[in-house]
Amino acid sequence: MASVELKSIGKSFGSTPVLGGIDLAVADGEFMTLVGPSGCGKTTLIRIIAGIESQDAGAVLIGGSSIDHLRPHERRVAMVFQSYALYPHMSVRGNLSLPLVMSRLRLHERVPLIRLLSSRRRETMHSIEGEVEAVAQQLQLGALLDRRPAQLSGGQRQRVALGRAMVRHPDVFLMDEPLSNLDAKLRVHMRTELAELHQRLGATFIYVTHDQVEAMTMSDRVAMMDAGHILQLGTPTELYGRPANVKVAQFIGSPTINLLPGSVGSNDAVELLGRRLQLAVDLPAGSPLTIGLRPEALTAVPANTAPADAGSLPARLRRRENLGAEHILHFDLPGAALPPVVARAPPELQLPADGHVALTFDPLACHLFDPSGARVEARRAEGSRDPVVVPFRS
Amino acid sequence: MAAELSRPRRSRQHWIERLTGTGFALPAFALLIMVNLLPLIAVLYLSLTDYEFGALEAKFVGLANLNKALSDPIIRRSLSNTLLYVAIVLPGSVLLALAVAVLVHGRRRTRGFYEVAYFLPVTSTLIAMATVWQFLLHPRLGPVNAALRWFGLAEVPFLSDPAWALPTLAVIGIWQLLGFNMVLFLAGLSAIPKDLYEAAEIDGVATGIDRFLTITWPLLGPTTMFVIVTTSITAFKVFDTVAVMTRGGPMGSSEVLLYNIYLEGFQYFHTGYAAALTVIFLFFILAFSVAQTFALERRVHY
Repeated sequence: MASVELKSIGKSFGSTPVLGGIDLAVADGEFMTLVGPSGCGKTTLIRIIAGIESQDAGAVLIGGSSIDHLRPHERRVAMVFQSYALYPHMSVRGNLSLPLVMSRLRLHERVPLIRLLSSRRRETMHSIEGEVEAVAQQLQLGALLDRRPAQLSGGQRQRVALGRAMVRHPDVFLMDEPLSNLDAKLRVHMRTELAELHQRLGATFIYVTHDQVEAMTMSDRVAMMDAGHILQLGTPTELYGRPANVKVAQFIGSPTINLLPGSVGSNDAVELLGRRLQLAVDLPAGSPLTIGLRPEALTAVPANTAPADAGSLPARLRRRENLGAEHILHFDLPGAALPPVVARAPPELQLPADGHVALTFDPLACHLFDPSGARVEARRAEGSRDPVVVPFRS
Repeated sequence: MAAELSRPRRSRQHWIERLTGTGFALPAFALLIMVNLLPLIAVLYLSLTDYEFGALEAKFVGLANLNKALSDPIIRRSLSNTLLYVAIVLPGSVLLALAVAVLVHGRRRTRGFYEVAYFLPVTSTLIAMATVWQFLLHPRLGPVNAALRWFGLAEVPFLSDPAWALPTLAVIGIWQLLGFNMVLFLAGLSAIPKDLYEAAEIDGVATGIDRFLTITWPLLGPTTMFVIVTTSITAFKVFDTVAVMTRGGPMGSSEVLLYNIYLEGFQYFHTGYAAALTVIFLFFILAFSVAQTFALERRVHY
């Protein structure tokens, strides 16, 4: 039993509000990721759950009971720090044993010299030793037990930090950007290891990251945070497929979603750069919209061959990035002072020499956002199947 | 052909690089020899002669000065006085400074005030401060004895009783060194990453004593070693307070090695003998540093 429940958690540092009433329920055994740009409050939130920081308002419940009055070590949570926070003067063995030593030995059994008087100490240390060895075996740290942190590589230190969290068999693992100090290759590898570790332990994981790829690949659910609020809570598929906010759409996905200016025309029709799409929304005519199109939603076809019921944009190729399995195409939209539009394409795609193409897309692939950034649901427009052809604006 | 040509050219390049390097190092090396090593050699040489200040010639006497010094009861007493002084000042100023630093480190708004207050004795001239201490400790006029009398205790002749003189000087030595050591410890404390304390808190290091024993004290190891070495050397060099306040008295109870060197060299003009005492002095300083470095080095570097 280790669900975690946050009830309207509020926190300010001085006069700067950091968290504005966070409600979040993490199920027992769930892998929940808090993702967001730096300064969004995600680290503060995890530190409040750990008990290192105290909230100004609201309550933290673990397993259904309030833990706000408990000290960090009494909360049955373990934390992995971004810096790993290994004790530099202790061996790997010492680092892994410390949580157990602290909980099982009394003060006089820990103080140098005086501890020699205790008879119970040796037995306890012996059992601790066994548990530390077991965790070390699981993490392939067995051969490194007598090394100091300074003698380990980044990946090994990371595993020691994980091990130190594991020895206590906590109900909840809190991880604060644990992979951000690793090189790219190791990070990819550790993503898999962490996901497998989560499955094996069956404990609740709350994972903080600013890397949307980590959030997408490991989590059961993701809470996307911004400026002290949760913008959207859902599975990775929901966040990617139906972003509730333009910031979520921008943050999740790589390459980043294309955001283009649009508006509501007559008959509730949605217009993109002055072109009418086969989409309708329930908003007053003239309302501005932001239209988001994922790079994979765009298909480059020769100009003037766009299917009639699809949206299309005239574009000119600016740059082609070869990623091997696919190419990333950067297009300028003639006549519009906008950042380049990015599309994914198979490597074999041939484009005309002058680079002039039409970018076509299914209108229903458009994500629409109102000026406040909130998602607007659209439906396929009825009636006219003839797209109004609008000449280039120049 | 080309390969044969390039070999001498490469070795010429090599020589130019070495000459340039040596040329750059030379001024610093020359200064080191002139300022540090030559005076040391001069002292070593003088200690083997019977040279007296102002004399036109000196006779080589070998180890006679050293033998005389080692069998001289006055020198032996001043040496044991000096060691006793170090034995009081070293633990006193290191442990107190550590305690003060830990307390001051925890302050936020008042930290600046405490830092300045404890550091003031370091910036002041000890000769001038010694005069102030002399007044403070005066048997009849001084406020310290006035306070003792007010509590109904007997007056303590701090500087005129042979049993009290050296410990009193040692307390003043602690007072003077405390601020400096505290600043060193504060620097060491600031260098301990905050997230170690946070990790420790989650790991169950919950009380102040545990925090100190688990994190603070071991991570202050390098700082502590440095503080111990500098403090013991500074304490071994005690001179100003002795020269101003007791002049080695009463009855030689506060004579220390450096004061004896001063007397022999600049009062009695026995330069050769003073040089021999200086050699003994240097030997102790060297022994201190070497012993402490070797004893502590293995335990404090991560």
